[in-house]
Amino acid sequence: MVIKVLTGNYTVAEAVRLSNVDLITAYPITPQTTIVERLSELVEGGLIKARLVRVESEFSALAAAYGAASCGARAFTATSSHGLLFMHEMLWWVAGSRVPMVLAVVTRALGPPWNIWNEHTDFMGQRDCGWLMAFAENNQEILDTIIQLYRITEDEAVYLPGILGLDGFLLSHASEPVDIPDEDVLKDFIKPRSQPYNMCSDDVLTMGNLPMAEEAMMMRYDIHKSIEAAKNVINEVDEEYRKLTGRSYGGLAECYRCNDSKYLIIAMGGWVGTMKDVCDELRDEGYDVGVLKIRFFRPFPHEDLVRAISGVKGILVFDRSASLGSLGHIHAEVLARAYMLSNKVIVKGVITGLGGVDVGPKEVREIFMRFVKDVDEDGQIDNISEWVLGGG
Amino acid sequence: MSSTHKLPISRPAIGVVGKTGYWRLKRPEVNYVKCIKCGICWLYCPDSSINILGDPSKYVEVDYNYCKGCGICSNVCPVKAITMTEE
Repeated sequence: MVIKVLTGNYTVAEAVRLSNVDLITAYPITPQTTIVERLSELVEGGLIKARLVRVESEFSALAAAYGAASCGARAFTATSSHGLLFMHEMLWWVAGSRVPMVLAVVTRALGPPWNIWNEHTDFMGQRDCGWLMAFAENNQEILDTIIQLYRITEDEAVYLPGILGLDGFLLSHASEPVDIPDEDVLKDFIKPRSQPYNMCSDDVLTMGNLPMAEEAMMMRYDIHKSIEAAKNVINEVDEEYRKLTGRSYGGLAECYRCNDSKYLIIAMGGWVGTMKDVCDELRDEGYDVGVLKIRFFRPFPHEDLVRAISGVKGILVFDRSASLGSLGHIHAEVLARAYMLSNKVIVKGVITGLGGVDVGPKEVREIFMRFVKDVDEDGQIDNISEWVLGGG
Repeated sequence: MSSTHKLPISRPAIGVVGKTGYWRLKRPEVNYVKCIKCGICWLYCPDSSINILGDPSKYVEVDYNYCKGCGICSNVCPVKAITMTEE
């Protein structure tokens, strides 16, 4: 074990080194660039025995990684924002082909107007592709989740690719101490590459031929079932990882001080750390509040959510993305499940932090106190989905 | 590797209309002296009707039971070792 001070992006590269990746495709985009820069150094220095392929676009970055992965290589690539949008079609090909691999998405706003700062809209735009979708709260979790994702995606119950999201700049360029496990510790945890079929073997086959309508629907249903089946795998892998390293993250979601809480804050990503701090302060002041961290957005932790919200009076969901004309992405998920469980709980969504708008402890506290006042004094909320704009 | 998943893959199989070789107007014939054993004809054949035998004197073989005589193999052969002759 060694503790290094690393940026989020350099942590991604360390995780790729520890995961015995065979092939990396590299195309730069802010704020992802230092991931592939660092990987390039590690490959050149012989610290990763992988091939690094420089490609001409993000579309090609995923296409080349997909080709290698379908031929038995453990593959990795990373991107952000418009690069991820350019990859979007390839994401469907990888998932639909059931080819496991891992993609790091350093979240960033989409233009126009041109903007390099953080929000989760690019990540959420990949919601329905059939990829597992995890998100990290801090640099340590980046390292641990990428290592876990290779195990989860290559599990025969799953056989799907996975995304790790990390907040642009807030994590990608922020340095934190990261505990790097020894390769010995992980030697049984990191398994040989596993995938459902190999395009480059003697087993002659075609991928993607025209199916009958019923077969096509059956294949889509199988992806859905496999994402559901990934829930168990995620929990088991997280537990196995805890036994080796002492660290676990609650599998799909982390419940922070949310037992017997009257109020629950739900969010995903780096700002959950801020919310935990505010939660501690509020607890000291006598508020019964907890935080439910969404660690996996796909599969969505419905069971964890149902457990966490039972007996809760008010739920406040923070989204760093919005489905324009509708709700925040996490808010919509929470509302659907909360409604199925109970019609008494109030679920308010707050959309904020878009385009890089800073959300610190002060803002979280203000939004929370306003929510508590509405629920306690009025027993209702005026605006179920509120946009909290910055600069006020 | 095997899997219980419903995968979007398919393997070569005999078609429902049976032996389609009789559709053929011209048949590909391989000149094994010219053949450089590259396998490009095998890769391009749209009906999987070229098999690689690997024999040094007969590297590939056309399956005339199924070959429909499209001529793609003849067209892609880099050394023009496959000629289309009248049936």
